[in-house]
Amino acid sequence: MPAIALAPEIRTIAAPIAAAQTLQPVATLANVTKRYGATTALDGLSLALRPGEIVALLGPNGAGKSTAVRLLLGLISATSGVASVFGSDPRDPATRVRIGAMLQVARIPETLRVHEHLDLFRSYYPRPLSMKEIVRIAQLDGIESRFYSQLSGGQKQRVLFGLALCGDPDLIMLDEPSVGMDIEARRGLWQQIRTLADRGKTVLLTTHYLEEADALAHRIIVINKGKIVSEGTPSEIKRRGAGRKISCRTDLDIEYLRTLPSVTSVERNRDAVVVTAGEAERVVREMLLQDAALSNLEIASPALEDAFLALTSSR
Amino acid sequence: MSTASLVRPIAPASSLAHSLRIYGKETKYEFLKLLRAKSFSLSIIGFPVMFYVIFGIANRHVQEGSVDIAKYMLGSYACFGLIGAALFGIGVGLAGERTAGWLEVKRASPMPPMAYLLAKCVTAVAFGIIIVSFLTALGVAFGGVSLSARELVRMLGMTMVGAVVFASMGLLLAQIIPANAAAGVVNLIYLPMSFLSGLWIPIRFLPHWVQRIAPMLPTYHLGQLMLNIFGYADAASVASHWTSLAGFTMLMLGASWIVFNRSQQNA
Repeated sequence: MPAIALAPEIRTIAAPIAAAQTLQPVATLANVTKRYGATTALDGLSLALRPGEIVALLGPNGAGKSTAVRLLLGLISATSGVASVFGSDPRDPATRVRIGAMLQVARIPETLRVHEHLDLFRSYYPRPLSMKEIVRIAQLDGIESRFYSQLSGGQKQRVLFGLALCGDPDLIMLDEPSVGMDIEARRGLWQQIRTLADRGKTVLLTTHYLEEADALAHRIIVINKGKIVSEGTPSEIKRRGAGRKISCRTDLDIEYLRTLPSVTSVERNRDAVVVTAGEAERVVREMLLQDAALSNLEIASPALEDAFLALTSSR
Repeated sequence: MSTASLVRPIAPASSLAHSLRIYGKETKYEFLKLLRAKSFSLSIIGFPVMFYVIFGIANRHVQEGSVDIAKYMLGSYACFGLIGAALFGIGVGLAGERTAGWLEVKRASPMPPMAYLLAKCVTAVAFGIIIVSFLTALGVAFGGVSLSARELVRMLGMTMVGAVVFASMGLLLAQIIPANAAAGVVNLIYLPMSFLSGLWIPIRFLPHWVQRIAPMLPTYHLGQLMLNIFGYADAASVASHWTSLAGFTMLMLGASWIVFNRSQQNA
């Protein structure tokens, strides 16, 4: 029974990835370097987005996340390397019809109403999403007639999200989409982003909320100083970063535990022993074989935050 | 082959309609946006109206030779007002939208860049016409100004010309001045330039050194063309004013083009 209950959960995550690997990428950065004077924002970075995928670009401030997004939007040109979207140059206006973008904006015209902003952006596209659909997906019900200046921070973000949806785009790029949203609004946004991916849309988001990348992304690309530090599913990233923590009561000798494969640290915490290991399954199997009386076993994944800090600080 | 060439993704007619719709909506919302922004619309209309009441209406029925001062000032404050609408609407407005990141959101969309610029230009013309209409109504009702229909039409035509000329200057300023200083910098250019061109006080009442500087300023040439409608212009030929304004516009657009391309290369 538990297997059946889990099945839909697994399918929603596994299906897009399985399908994605066989399809042509929607957008690529190929060995892209971007310099601003003496500073290098991106340093030989390559990435590919496949259809239906949600990819999170994760990194500390100044890592080059926004630069990558702006290259893919054709807003800036690469110093070297090639940015390509739908097989063409993202600076080509025809490509933009299939892209939606939510960028970090300090202020947008405040004396226009929400539906007026949407009306204007819808006019840019040959086949826009209906006003009703945009309002529903971006959760703008009831605030369509308000002036932008009258909205809360979270509502403003939702309007910007709505503007990104106007053209019913196949590729959506979201630069720090949930800044200023409370946790409830953020979860609502995540749900809408998942729905978009289920409809076959490709989503690239940058975030410094690790929880957001963990909850949302099929694949996380961790970048630091313009280079890719690590890339994989959220669980792969967590494992790679710090390993998992095995906690139990055991009579096994601490010095012996240190010799087990992939173990990085062993600590005694009152009457429990905490073993940190990259390959937790192997270590646990060995421990259970050696100590039949082992009890209170718990295996915890590190928070993505720990993995992220480990990955970005070690380079 | 002939059938294939007939199949087009978007028919030209509907593509033209699509473009026209974008230009229309862009202009409509640009105008609404500025009209509703009271800090903009009240000051941009209010200042020339206030100045005209103080300096123009107050001098009703004052004649200087063959010149009716209230009518003379209608022409010069019309210029003062329309130049302000163009410089603040485009110069300050565009600088703000560029710095806030809003322009980047628009550029990431399929919006034609010309729609954005044209909407701002048409809006500057519209505000210019509103200002000139207010001033004319005030002058006729309270300043004892008599204006023929032909003069009014020529005034409105000159308003459009002036708005476009100073829109090009606004375009350049928007690209080279930071947004948080934009209003101050524009005032520092706009107010002295207006004064030195005789838009506040008729130039013949100003010191000689000012009268020598004036022909170097585009505001002077626009003012003279506007006054020429009433037969109040100075001795210089009308053609020289047109040439100066055309040259100034080319200079502004050319410089904007160079600055824009340089910023694109650095981006």
